[in-house]
Amino acid sequence: MAEPALSIRGLTKVYDNGFHALKGIDLDVQQGDFFALLGPNGAGKSTTLGAVCSLVQKTSGKITIFGIDTDRDFAKAKYQLGVVPQEFNFNQFEKVLDIVLAQAGYYGMTRREALPRAEKLLTDLGLWDKRNGSARMLSGGMKRRLMIARALMHRPKLLILDEPTAGVDIELRRSMWEYLRRINRDEGTTIILTTHYLEEAESLCRNIAIINHGDIIRNTSVRALLKELNTETFLLDITQPLDKAPEVEGFELSLVEPTQLALVFHRGQELNDVFEALSQQGIKVVSMRNRANRLEEMFVSMVEAGNHAIDQKAAEQGIPANQGSAPAKEARA
Amino acid sequence: MNAMQTLVALWTVVLKEIKRFTRIWPQTLLPPSITMTMYFIIFGNLIGSRIGAMDGFTYMDFIVPGLIMMAVITNSYSNVASSFFSNKFQRSVEEMMVSPMPSWVILSGYIFGGMARGLGVGLIVTLVSLFFTRLTLEHPFLTLLVVVLTSALFSIGGFINALLANKFDDISIVPTFILTPLTYLGGVFYSISMLPDFWQAVSMLNPILYMVNVFRYGFLGVSDIPVGWALAAIVGFILVLFVVALKMLERGKGIRA
Repeated sequence: MAEPALSIRGLTKVYDNGFHALKGIDLDVQQGDFFALLGPNGAGKSTTLGAVCSLVQKTSGKITIFGIDTDRDFAKAKYQLGVVPQEFNFNQFEKVLDIVLAQAGYYGMTRREALPRAEKLLTDLGLWDKRNGSARMLSGGMKRRLMIARALMHRPKLLILDEPTAGVDIELRRSMWEYLRRINRDEGTTIILTTHYLEEAESLCRNIAIINHGDIIRNTSVRALLKELNTETFLLDITQPLDKAPEVEGFELSLVEPTQLALVFHRGQELNDVFEALSQQGIKVVSMRNRANRLEEMFVSMVEAGNHAIDQKAAEQGIPANQGSAPAKEARA
Repeated sequence: MNAMQTLVALWTVVLKEIKRFTRIWPQTLLPPSITMTMYFIIFGNLIGSRIGAMDGFTYMDFIVPGLIMMAVITNSYSNVASSFFSNKFQRSVEEMMVSPMPSWVILSGYIFGGMARGLGVGLIVTLVSLFFTRLTLEHPFLTLLVVVLTSALFSIGGFINALLANKFDDISIVPTFILTPLTYLGGVFYSISMLPDFWQAVSMLNPILYMVNVFRYGFLGVSDIPVGWALAAIVGFILVLFVVALKMLERGKGIRA
């Protein structure tokens, strides 16, 4: 079997103020995968990715990128790695083209090699027309695309994106998804992303790890995770307004609005039974959708379970509940 | 990285630095030219004509080398300090940190960038001085050597300052409270032979005195201090500060969490 694109063993990070941001995580991301790293704010996502790309100094543990041990030859490993950080980290006063060409230069690419690559990437990402403008004149979405173009200049085999679509409008988000899918599918680029949009993870990623309080609490495929979901909530739009929710044996129905019902649907039940029962009561359903993203429901329940366990442990030890779960950003401030 | 890639990476950093200070030339190249022109007019022409000879030269001839050196020192230092700190502040330094570029290449790139501005401003000031005096070069190679070394030394100083700085105020403290007084007291405007013995001895502790004097020696052939000794001290300082800056950068001082 090929070496994993990324392999992490026993990764810990203790900040100077004593905050344990990572508590010995293990993680493997296979070559060609589209992988999501999920977690609430301060869970350790950015610290993990920071350690992988050398912006955070790990306290202990081992990181290998395509089999290259970063402790032995980080420079060689970095050739395989492209990084799109959460915050804009380019000089806003530089020209768009200069930013991507400089990045290629840092990897030893001459201008002659880099220019066609820059033209292709900036064209693909809709920025070629802006190449001679100052980066600060770009919109937020364009700045994010610029960071993607910059990260891809040296043709990395592993692309890491830390919340790439934060603050990006829906249309642009969809086009960025399509672009990322394309480079994953056509060029075989392994992609790891963190995101707050669980719809994004569900739509894009094949595998997923959930991190909370510096620990990986789940690491599995998106499909397997969704299979574990026992209940889903559907919203049913009906034609006639109702005063109260209809009663259907074996199903939980509640009235959201006079013309909308919420149905809590358990695995093993049949939707046809509900529709039949509603039809018999003269209620016509015209449309139906999920109340929330399916993955979101699971994510929230997992994180809440984790928080509850930590608070309980803290209470047993006589520590104020929120002390054990302080977010990394606050701890660093 | 192989040698060619390393060279490309180094040139990329240097070019980026040169583009930066030329892009903002009204802030970087113009002010020192105007300031030094004022010095030449006021101290050299108006006041200098009443001061008379200094170490056997007209006052204008005496102060020109010191003023060129002053411009080189302040511009080399402030270029690296403000550029690297801005990159740190905007986090664009991360572009370099995630790349395979060795730390010594990043450091050298900034040093060469600082030298490009320091020496560029030095050249501008030299050209301006030609409107006021006829420059002679007694020891051209030595003059070039000492100005290049001094520029490198203060570029490294600016880099260390930027690494240690947490806010923009921190990069103006050293130039304002240390560099400027040391430069003014470093024999730019007077010969230390004019001072009482005690203050002559105190002046010998000022490293900038050595640089100004060797530079002046290159132009005029006169110096208050031994030239060889001064050159050795400059090279020694460069080596020590380069290693200090490199170690700090490798440890990620101020730039890695």
